[in-house]
Amino acid sequence: MPKQWKKENLLKAYRTMREIREFEERLHIEFATGEIPGFVHLYAGEEACATGVCLHLDDNDKIASTHRGHGHCIAKGVDIHAMMAEIYGKKTGTCGGKGGSMHIADLDKGMMGANGIVGAGPPLICGAGLAAKYKGTGGVGVAFFGDGASNQGTVYEAMNLSMAWDLPCFFVIENNGYAETTSPKYTVPGVENLADRAKGVGMPGITVDGFDFFAVHKAAGEMIERARNGGGPSLLEVKFTRYYGHFEGDAMAYRSKDEVKKIRATVDCLLQFRNKVVSAEMLTSTELDAIDQDVKALVDDSVVKAKAAPKPPLSDLITDVYVSY
Amino acid sequence: MARKISYSQAINEALALEMERDDSVIVMGEDVCGGRGTDQPLDAWGGVLGVTKGLYAKFGDRIMDTPISESGYIGAAIGAATCGLRPVAELMFIDFMGVCLDQIANQAAKFRYMFGGKAKTPVVIRTTIGGGFRAAAQHSQCWYPVFTHIPGIKVVVPSSPYDAKGLLTTAIRDNDPVIFCEHKALYALQGEVPEDSYTIPFKQANIVRAGKDVTIVALGLMVHRASEAAALLAEDGIETEIIDPRTTSPLDTETILSSVEKTGRLVVVDEASGRCGMAADISAMVAQKAFYALKTQIEMVTPPFTPVPFSPVLEDAYLPDASKIATAVRAVLEQKKIPAAS
Repeated sequence: MPKQWKKENLLKAYRTMREIREFEERLHIEFATGEIPGFVHLYAGEEACATGVCLHLDDNDKIASTHRGHGHCIAKGVDIHAMMAEIYGKKTGTCGGKGGSMHIADLDKGMMGANGIVGAGPPLICGAGLAAKYKGTGGVGVAFFGDGASNQGTVYEAMNLSMAWDLPCFFVIENNGYAETTSPKYTVPGVENLADRAKGVGMPGITVDGFDFFAVHKAAGEMIERARNGGGPSLLEVKFTRYYGHFEGDAMAYRSKDEVKKIRATVDCLLQFRNKVVSAEMLTSTELDAIDQDVKALVDDSVVKAKAAPKPPLSDLITDVYVSY
Repeated sequence: MARKISYSQAINEALALEMERDDSVIVMGEDVCGGRGTDQPLDAWGGVLGVTKGLYAKFGDRIMDTPISESGYIGAAIGAATCGLRPVAELMFIDFMGVCLDQIANQAAKFRYMFGGKAKTPVVIRTTIGGGFRAAAQHSQCWYPVFTHIPGIKVVVPSSPYDAKGLLTTAIRDNDPVIFCEHKALYALQGEVPEDSYTIPFKQANIVRAGKDVTIVALGLMVHRASEAAALLAEDGIETEIIDPRTTSPLDTETILSSVEKTGRLVVVDEASGRCGMAADISAMVAQKAFYALKTQIEMVTPPFTPVPFSPVLEDAYLPDASKIATAVRAVLEQKKIPAAS
């Protein structure tokens, strides 16, 4: 697979996944100090999905994210310094400190928002697809949502609406195996693949291994191009797991102690990527190590700057409720 | 003599004029065109109550029918608004807000604040309110107080054809999410409406009738019931001043307060539930900000705290009417309790 890739694209893919991993691993540490307010849901382990999908998109394309949104933000090009500052509740944050981890949005980058409501994104992305189609921008709308959200009526409604209106949309189920603590084996018994939900609305649906970046990238690419070329919406189920709890502070009593450890050592997306590109002699370990160092420095700097950044002034409390009053 | 058209036609005309003026305005909703997917001619309905009838002939596919899927298409309207369109989504009855409330209350209402002032969501959700149609508990409610409660949304309750056209035009041009509440019992009401486009600013109450004795605040259909009461009371020399706020969010508190400062007496009439409703909200606002101007108690004329009943005899008893309003005005003037209903 890597043989068909341009080197610069491989470097970009690895760097994006590494940025997400480093960002999340660092938040795991920093959250434990008590300095970060509120809730934080980490995307570590799922990097191949956000990266594999968003590499096919540009600023003209829109994504709707979830409560576990940091990975989507980074993959869509949202500034890491501004994200970190937002998570610390600072004025320099993406949303001026008024959104926090669950509401990072950067509309200029086509990032329509992380979302605190499970299943809220897909209807919004139908709107993004509608606007793109109506204005003829050539853009697509991509909705990320979890296995838990796949049981929300909004997801079904949005998938069906996108078919009724023939919208340039793409739906991505991130099946990490746990809706908070509950397995799809309980909530969707007798269904092997959640991608089968696509049949109910007559759109294509496939399932891929979410630890395999190249598999996600290929499947997403085909479905996004199909949408972009007027072929209609489709559904991709990406199967993997998350490395941390539902939120930080979750003791994870619902998973075995060695589940994540074993996955990290065997099928981890960054590990697999590294092994594939190095064995195919497309990139060297030295090049990848250099990215690791670079990204570490970047995230270090983002934490230092976020901690030192000014808090929002109290006058911000009552601004920007409306465009006009 | 200016031309007279109905409240329904005034709304249709505002939509048509704004769609002609601005290509980014689209209309969507259940059967707003009607007949799609059948082998019969389109524009079968023009919305369940016919308000958008005829728009398809002028604007074609900009009039978008939807599946019966309120979360889906209201969410899509909101998403499209953040991406540069100005969708006007029709929600058949405000009672259906329950199945799409999240998209309005947690998405549209929050984007601007939550995203640090960077989002703009110019969506209008047109919906119908009100009783009197024997439509019972799930098709008759007046839920505008629910939306008035939520920061980030604007709420409009027009009471006349003139106001409906001007306020809808303002709503479509506004850059915030607007819930536009059309009273079903007013659709056939005729009134003078200019043919050209015009706007009525939000947060600008209409003084429907001037008077010195008692201030009556009323919205939507209740403006007309209050006017009937005022005519009855005038026969006894009682001069009421009727204030129609027209928008509940933002609310023109100044006009209400200055009226109460003049009359010293307040009756608030509302078809919505009295608990946590507009009547309670306006009464509390006046009690807080104009307490020393009040000569007597404030009275609220609202339905009993029940669902809207079906049987005509019960629904008639449920709805505020001119007689109940007149009784409340007299009670305020006499500083007496409203007598219990017989």
